[in-house]
Amino acid sequence: MLDGEPAAAEIIDATEIQHLVALLRADGYTVIAPTLHDGVISSAEIESADDLPAGWTARQTPGNYRLERRDDAALFGYVVGPHSPRRQLHPSRLKLWGARRDAAGEIILDDMEASPPRYAFVGLRGCELDAIGVQDRVFQSHDHADPDYASRRAAAFIVAVDCAEPASTCFCTSMGGDPGVDAQTTGSDQAGQSGQTAGIDARRHDLVLTELLDADSHRFIVRAGSAAGSRLLARLEHRKAEPAELEQRESILATARQAIGRTLDTRGLKESLQANAEHPRWDEIAERCLGCANCTLVCPTCFCSSVEEVGDLAGERAERWRRDDSCFTLDFSYIHGGSVRVSTRSRYRQWLTHKLAHWIDQFGTSGCVGCGRCITWCPVGIDITEEARVLASPPPATRPQG
Amino acid sequence: MTELRSTGEGGVATPEIDGGLDVRALPIVRPANVDMVPHFLRVGDRVVETADVVTLDIAVPKFLEEACRFRPGQFDMLYAFGVGEVPISISGDPARTERITHTIRAVGPVSRAIAALGVGDTIGLRGPFGNHWPIELAEGHDVLLAAGGIGLMPLRPVIHHLLRHRGRYGRVVLLYGAKRRDDLLFRSELSTWRRHPDLELRVSLNEGDRDWTGDVGFVTQLLPRVGLDPEDTIAMLCGPEIMIRATGRAISDLGVSPTRIHASMERNMKCALGTCGHCQLGALFLCRDGPVFTLAKSEPLMNIPEL
Repeated sequence: MLDGEPAAAEIIDATEIQHLVALLRADGYTVIAPTLHDGVISSAEIESADDLPAGWTARQTPGNYRLERRDDAALFGYVVGPHSPRRQLHPSRLKLWGARRDAAGEIILDDMEASPPRYAFVGLRGCELDAIGVQDRVFQSHDHADPDYASRRAAAFIVAVDCAEPASTCFCTSMGGDPGVDAQTTGSDQAGQSGQTAGIDARRHDLVLTELLDADSHRFIVRAGSAAGSRLLARLEHRKAEPAELEQRESILATARQAIGRTLDTRGLKESLQANAEHPRWDEIAERCLGCANCTLVCPTCFCSSVEEVGDLAGERAERWRRDDSCFTLDFSYIHGGSVRVSTRSRYRQWLTHKLAHWIDQFGTSGCVGCGRCITWCPVGIDITEEARVLASPPPATRPQG
Repeated sequence: MTELRSTGEGGVATPEIDGGLDVRALPIVRPANVDMVPHFLRVGDRVVETADVVTLDIAVPKFLEEACRFRPGQFDMLYAFGVGEVPISISGDPARTERITHTIRAVGPVSRAIAALGVGDTIGLRGPFGNHWPIELAEGHDVLLAAGGIGLMPLRPVIHHLLRHRGRYGRVVLLYGAKRRDDLLFRSELSTWRRHPDLELRVSLNEGDRDWTGDVGFVTQLLPRVGLDPEDTIAMLCGPEIMIRATGRAISDLGVSPTRIHASMERNMKCALGTCGHCQLGALFLCRDGPVFTLAKSEPLMNIPEL
């Protein structure tokens, strides 16, 4: 919102989304939006609004994701898929530098000046803006800010969308978030102030959409969240929103909040988890966890990376590439003599305790935004909210007699 | 109108220019993290310490001397062209800035390649990184240094510092344990230190031999004979984690508070900038918050297996 004033709400017809995408592309943006791909709604580059998954939705439960047809033509009638903006803002593979060595042994570095890619994200949910807020803290808030991340972030244009139909795996409202993009209670609630939840930074965006679907009309409420957003909105065919349309948005969001059935109680969670490193529950999870690293790959805030050497056979060229890594691999904690975290138990413990507890010590916010991806994409359906609930409670006492 | 939109501390500010079209002037940046690009320097001297340990002196050009200046306990990321990069403690005298010294044990492909470098070869260096030994805190007190094996190398800059500023400290005791005589590092320096009137040095081997007249056993066994003043001692330990735990416990059993016992820890590291995630120990990033921690802080973490 500009200057703290509520942004003026405008209405555009659904057909104007086509125009919106075209304008962003004409302005030089690579438009990243939800699209049908490999049997899921995942985010990828789109060429026009025709690539949006109109009339599709996805049913998500622990360990399960199924595409389904909707009985309407909603453009955003689903929630998050496996991919998050992390793929564009902190790409899974990135060349850090390259160099060649001449005959005298001098190292000549490749020219490293370049323009960052310009991404326009269309259809980001509130939880994804919260995740970007978390990544901002990870990559930009200390001495060694990541200039690659910072430049991609600064160049990004964000068209967010309100959530109307959360999945069964969603729990953003427990993590300081809200289905409404700008209805989030920024740092004002008790949980946010204690730093136990992720939704404590302003959800920076340029435009926010609310999809209104009636029997005879399909339109969007659009509000600008930045000067750049206002300028783009001005180029779309729009009219002022009617009070009834704003009431309709409130009712959509109220229904969405009601629909979120999953919860994670963050009160005292950090302290409990840090005190319960030897809880017997870790052993029980290890019997189910495959150590496959899916949760760390779909998580919108996981940031661990490794650096790989890429050379040529002659030994004259070398490149250093950053690539995503996961605390679930054995190699992750390897020091000479062996890995520190050998058991699945210790690797799951590292992930969950880092995400929900240590993250708060490190970055002043939880690493979890409640998007539910790790629940949906866990092959055995391990539910972080359920595990956290058990792990936060005292270990069961020795079995009573009889 | 041009407004600057800051992306946060240390981020890139993007000028936003008002106009008919949405124009966001783009910053031209080095897309890679410049902190990840090493300085390419030359090996100035090479000393073979043991069968698998060498000490490399890297020549530091004048314009980098300030950037490469380090405090005892800090480490650098050393890079072998075409092979890879590893964290290595700085083992030289902090007062000498024209060269920077590292002692490397050849245990993996990268450390083997670095240890194989000869005088005049090119080596990549990023750093220094990490915190340092409490050399200021120790002023006016007795200092106990305990090293196990290759753990002597990050303590060597402290020894140089203490001897250079000897008047600022009370007793200086160095306990050094190694497996066998062949594993002893810095041998000529050890004999100098042994004769030094202001440094009490005791060396213990796990396995003695017929020519060894010194102590045999673990470093912990030397402790009772040192006659520590527990109220006035600052201890600094480095070695394998098991040695740190045993020695740390033994020193605190003698009455030294765990807040006055400092130990240097080791974990996998890829970036040394606090963003790759590999070096985490609980909520700590060893590269940024460490590698030196008080036992009060690290012991509860070391006591949790596989943390």
